[in-house]
Amino acid sequence: MNLLEIFRVAWRALLRNKTRSFLTTLGIVIGVTAVIAMVTIGDGAKARVQQTFEAMGSNMLILLPGTTTHGGMGGGFGSLPTVTWDDLRAIQTELAAVRYVSPNLRAAAPVVAEDQNWTTSIFGVGADYFQIRNWGTATGSLFGTSDVDAGSKVVLIGQTVATQLYGEGIDPVGRTVRIKGVPFTVVGMLESKGQSAMGQDFDDSVFVPYSTFLAKIQSGLKNVIAGAVMIGADSAENTRKAEEQVRALLRDRHHLPEGTDDDFSIRNLTEMASGVEQGTRTMTLLLAAIAAVSLLVGGIGIMNIMLVSVTERTREIGVRMAVGARQRDILLQFLVESLTLAATGGAVGVALGLGGAIWLASSFGWPILVRPGVIVIAVTFSALVGVGFGLYPARKASKLDPIQALRFE
Amino acid sequence: MAEPLISVDRVVKTYVMGDVRVEALRGVSLRIDEGEFVAVMGASGSGKSTLMNLLGCLDRPTAGQYRLDGHDVAALDANALAALRNRTLGFVFQNFNLLSRTTALENVELPLLYAGVPARERHRRATEALARVGLGERAGHHPNQMSGGQQQRVAIARALVGRPRLVLADEPTGNLDSQTSVEVMRILSELRAEGITIVLVTHEQDIAGWADRVITMRDGTVRTDERRPPAAPEARP
Repeated sequence: MNLLEIFRVAWRALLRNKTRSFLTTLGIVIGVTAVIAMVTIGDGAKARVQQTFEAMGSNMLILLPGTTTHGGMGGGFGSLPTVTWDDLRAIQTELAAVRYVSPNLRAAAPVVAEDQNWTTSIFGVGADYFQIRNWGTATGSLFGTSDVDAGSKVVLIGQTVATQLYGEGIDPVGRTVRIKGVPFTVVGMLESKGQSAMGQDFDDSVFVPYSTFLAKIQSGLKNVIAGAVMIGADSAENTRKAEEQVRALLRDRHHLPEGTDDDFSIRNLTEMASGVEQGTRTMTLLLAAIAAVSLLVGGIGIMNIMLVSVTERTREIGVRMAVGARQRDILLQFLVESLTLAATGGAVGVALGLGGAIWLASSFGWPILVRPGVIVIAVTFSALVGVGFGLYPARKASKLDPIQALRFE
Repeated sequence: MAEPLISVDRVVKTYVMGDVRVEALRGVSLRIDEGEFVAVMGASGSGKSTLMNLLGCLDRPTAGQYRLDGHDVAALDANALAALRNRTLGFVFQNFNLLSRTTALENVELPLLYAGVPARERHRRATEALARVGLGERAGHHPNQMSGGQQQRVAIARALVGRPRLVLADEPTGNLDSQTSVEVMRILSELRAEGITIVLVTHEQDIAGWADRVITMRDGTVRTDERRPPAAPEARP
């Protein structure tokens, strides 16, 4: 009896009990759907997190003045401005692992164009800022170190701001906007970066040289930096090293004795990103494991129904043996039946799982990543479930004594 | 003289059921030559069903020797026994034992399926066999759409489709009325006329009358073994 015949016989046996076969398959369908959906959604969430962190910047450290905890009291960052402009220059010149440094001063003010105005975040930054954040212009060009040194009245505007001031698709380069009554020339419109993980619109902001910011928009304090400092390490591997170098340098410059807290804090975005990624991965694994349990339950369903089927068809097995079926023929027949149940369930489950994941991901606005490996694993796994849980009933059938089986009522 | 088709030599079959040993056969010796039509009679418990199971290679003797067509059955493994059942033997049961929800044609094809006969050939031979028992028109019917006599004829077609040398019929007319019994017995004696050996178990004298040799069993042994002159089928009861 060749394999094709065996499949035909199995298929017909399953069709004889359509409702039962359907319900048995449903267990596997649900299991595979759950596994595929969970893994695909998990991958999407991970990719979304990566995207978000990439948008924020690469190899980036954020230096925040003021300690976040002080004698057990959380003072909040910036509550005690401690990082000076001299510190910034020292970080820039003295540390090997640091490539880019830029202050990050922020104010909220209306930006006024000819006939429109829009209140947005005004950032005072150095030329390095755009390197740290991997941010280029859509039109025009970035401002450079010379603009910062000269305190030029130039501005780079985000796309949301450009749309609000000039409308969709208008190139703002060369136009003049007023911030706090001071005219600035628009030298470039930045690329769109979309939203942060918290839903903050990166494109709803404008950037001016920090020297101009201090002179014309918000003077701040004399020697200390009233804002954050962005630091770019020279490579992703070196962010950790850069963090340590900055900490050591600042502790030295601030004359902090051994054992006291830092009077500043450093956030390592690369580490945060990998932390969040780790969390997402753990979550995905956990969900997939739970889903795999439902696949297991589906497998037990198959075993159960196959055992019922073997008992019901004891006499049929006896007849088949009497006319010359070998034990192997009987074993294969039942094994192929359970395999067919499981594999059909697996195929339907893959379709439903992918469909569900794509629908969910698109409603969350997540990227959709379909790993072919997951599909292969899910189908293989469900086939293994079919064979694994089908083996016991099939062996039981093939070991029947033909005389007993023929007498079975 | 050539070796007989069936040679049973001092065969003993003992079943152990819990603490009880049941001696179903206590030293049975038999020779059946090719082309004989043998009826085995006896009360229930006389060991005739056990003998049939042994002759049908569904079981092996506890002691003694059973040679079928020159093969020592005790020495064969399960696969070889299955092959013997498939190629050399045909079974006809009292309760027909057809697969339900399966057409007559597919029921008849079953032995050929396990013999590895290709589909087209299988189909042709099964159709022939059904025509042979007068059911050519009923090939697509399911067993539950047929009368008992028709079902038993499908079973006979299944038994003969593999061109066996021996057909074993265990009370083939037990569930049939006398009219259909005659039809079934006529087909069996026609098979015999074609040279197929037939061993039949029955309770009924009328049915045994179709055979040309009657073996009576009692308490696991052969009591009588008488041959009768073969008579023309029309002359029989």
